[in-house]
Amino acid sequence: MSDISGERVELARNAVGRAVPVMVNGKPQIPFLGVGKFQPHGRKAAPAISSNKDFPDTGDKRVPDLETALRQCGLGDGMVISNHHHLRDGDKVALMALQAAARIGAKDLMWFPSASFPSQEGAIKLMEKGVIHHIEGSMNGPLGDYCTQGKMRGMGVLRSHGGRYQAIQDGEVHIDIAVIAAPAADFFGNADGSHGKSACGSLGFAVADSTYADHVIVVTDNLVPFPCVPWQIEGNKVDCVVEVESIGDPEKIVSGTTQITRSPDRLRIAEFVAKFLREAGIMKNGFSFQAGAGGIALAFVQYLKQMMKEDGVKARFVRGGSTKYLVELLQEGLTDYILDGQTFDLDGVKSIANDPRHVATSPFTSYNYHGKGNFASLVDAVILGATEVDVNFNANVVTHSDGRLLHGIGGWQNCLFSGCSILALPSFRDRIPVIVDEVTTMTGPGEMIDVVVTERGIAINPRRTDLLDAVKGSKLPVRPIQDIKAEVEKICGGKPARPRLGDRPCAVVKWVDGTVLDTVWQVS
Amino acid sequence: MNSLEAKPSPSAEAGHWGAEVRSDLHVAFEGRDSGGVEILLESRVAPYYGSAILGQTREVLAALGVEHARVTIHDEGALPFTIGARIEAAARRAGHASGKRWLPEQHPLPQPSPKERLRRSRLYLPGSEPKYFINALLHAPDAVILDLEDSVHRDEKDVARILVRNTLRAVDFGSCERMVRINQLPLGLEDLAEVIGESPDLILIPKVERPEQVAEVDRMIGEMKTRHWITRPIWIMPILESALGIENALAIATASENVVALTIGIEDYTADLGVVKTPEGRESLYARSRVVNAAHAAGLQAIDSVYGDVADLDGLRRWGEASRAMGFEGMGCVHPGQIRVIHEAFRPTAAEIEKAQNIVAAFEEAQSKGLAVVSLGSKMIDPPVVQRALKLVERAKAMGAIS
Repeated sequence: MSDISGERVELARNAVGRAVPVMVNGKPQIPFLGVGKFQPHGRKAAPAISSNKDFPDTGDKRVPDLETALRQCGLGDGMVISNHHHLRDGDKVALMALQAAARIGAKDLMWFPSASFPSQEGAIKLMEKGVIHHIEGSMNGPLGDYCTQGKMRGMGVLRSHGGRYQAIQDGEVHIDIAVIAAPAADFFGNADGSHGKSACGSLGFAVADSTYADHVIVVTDNLVPFPCVPWQIEGNKVDCVVEVESIGDPEKIVSGTTQITRSPDRLRIAEFVAKFLREAGIMKNGFSFQAGAGGIALAFVQYLKQMMKEDGVKARFVRGGSTKYLVELLQEGLTDYILDGQTFDLDGVKSIANDPRHVATSPFTSYNYHGKGNFASLVDAVILGATEVDVNFNANVVTHSDGRLLHGIGGWQNCLFSGCSILALPSFRDRIPVIVDEVTTMTGPGEMIDVVVTERGIAINPRRTDLLDAVKGSKLPVRPIQDIKAEVEKICGGKPARPRLGDRPCAVVKWVDGTVLDTVWQVS
Repeated sequence: MNSLEAKPSPSAEAGHWGAEVRSDLHVAFEGRDSGGVEILLESRVAPYYGSAILGQTREVLAALGVEHARVTIHDEGALPFTIGARIEAAARRAGHASGKRWLPEQHPLPQPSPKERLRRSRLYLPGSEPKYFINALLHAPDAVILDLEDSVHRDEKDVARILVRNTLRAVDFGSCERMVRINQLPLGLEDLAEVIGESPDLILIPKVERPEQVAEVDRMIGEMKTRHWITRPIWIMPILESALGIENALAIATASENVVALTIGIEDYTADLGVVKTPEGRESLYARSRVVNAAHAAGLQAIDSVYGDVADLDGLRRWGEASRAMGFEGMGCVHPGQIRVIHEAFRPTAAEIEKAQNIVAAFEEAQSKGLAVVSLGSKMIDPPVVQRALKLVERAKAMGAIS
């Protein structure tokens, strides 16, 4: 068995029976041991001590351009360059920084974004030219295909948002230079995301980078006189500030309006989820929930809102990604707070900028598993998606059923620690059943997934006898997961064939504690 | 167009493909004189069902008696009943009109449809859009209509009727009544020839103006039922959509004993009158009243038209409630989201149900005592009031409003 460079890759079976490499990009790995089984040791990582004598007393850290900034931060071959993805598909800064590094002549960099997007396809050219050695971070679209076709020189490493924080904090990934796009910043490097023409809301994903990187560059298109208030990134951690014309395309940073699904089948799923929370007794005064910005999740919020009003129930907090629909809950007094990880639409950005009850959080507070608790496990219910789920409730979010990379993990794994993890999914897409015998890529172990809601019924994990009891006698269509699977296979004309995956690992999926949960194999 | 008379052309196509298309496929068929069957397949589900699709394609071609052909398929995740229908349609268009068929696996037929069953909601499904079929039952309308008329382009009628035939055979519609809206005559007779073998529960005839049209359809259904050894009923619901049709309502209602309901198409009716259709529907009040009256005179159900603005559920509710008050027992739906609102609108109120139950109880008590006169408190209850109460209680039970 060999990896891309032709070296032998040793594999080990982990606690969920998956074959995973014991060495990834030259670093030894621990195979997944089971949920809560790995005990970390040692001390957290830290950047080198710096001294104020090396920085201007005026506080003015501006440099003329990114090349100067990268040189000043000591850019060299093989370094780790990081970016955050709060500007989503509208981001211009990551490629700008990598291309500046290319002009300087840097080679074999490891790019470490908190997520990558299709508009960053240009990174492929930089990999072909040898500027980037490999990417550790979510990949999809053209970058995902490049990785799963085995063209990347190193292995991809997929981490959850919390897992990325954990990896940085624990020193698994040492960032040499963090390049932080900032919708607002002052010359000292204080930076914030909720103001300016490229406003994106929270900058939480960049907090770890700014704290642990050796060097930090803030790039802004909205330089404000000191102080930039509020600041989510502290200028005291920043080496230099670069002013550019534009850090991103506002139209692709946030959507003007997030769209609720109009598909009657998906609306049905959303309504089932809301009814489930009500019938199971989860929807009660002081409760909390998290739902993303997908069509089903947004519709779910609308159904739940109606039920909360009918029953006179208020939430204590809801977790973002925030959208107009969560903001409405806040404004109508149906929740006391929004604890926001990222901000998806204009209403969300406006709210986080102006409403003190709409709070920006970071992967440290929300998701980091190597901390003294995190917010994710305090949430009563979370509504998530998946590409596949198997009869043992294991789920896949990162690959298509044919093994190609499709999504990053995002906060998905971290959210599984909530009181009730619900996957809301259509039971088949095109002709492809979503419930399978065994998931292609394990992203979440079944013991963490409590409920699967489809348009054909609700399957509750048999481990959750409490939930099964709670909805007994309700009108909800609760069915065994095998039942739904059998019905869908009949509709689809039999079980789908299992695509043959290659035997060369091209990426690994990390669990929240840094152990290796599964392998993404090269596809032809 | 009558495909049997058309000159056979060696190549033809059927179906749809493209990034926006879901659950359908496109088949290009080239007839050949020799060389056997060659199949070129591109499918978005190829890793999972590629070999199943190739196998099915060979099976369908063999069943149709095609020995030599090149078949190019672009599949967008179509299910087997659709794949079979599109291949057959392309082959027939290319001149393989041998009368042979490939039929998908039979889903067990539901119970025959009772004449007076609930028909509050009937969900229109365009006969050329297979993606809507599979999940229609989940939204629990009283009926689904596989439409071959207005929602199908005139050049696609031959293809759609094959798909509708396969759908009737293979798709589970739960306890929904399975209706088909055929085209206006004479094209509608070709529709009947294709679909009756799969035992639809009810045929909707559009733009009926004279009783003879109903009789002709009834005769054709009877012939096809005999040919296919079908004994269960296939009901008829004429749609009155013109001034003349409305005037002939009673004659149409009584044109066949298989007619179970009369309905009205307000869009075409208002167009025929040259008036504007309004949300209040004053312009169609006479026509709708006449349909209600004729239907009841003939002992049939009166069913209202559709409410076209799918976003306006409040308007739909008002329309439905007014419609029930006029004597209609249901209406059409153009979107699944309308079904629940319609069922609520046609549901008797709690007060009505309670009153009716009291009357029924008094009636039963009088019966048991052998009394001819029914009284409730100090009031005498007339026989027609008793009849209405009995009917209301029965309907409320069927709707699940009374356990």
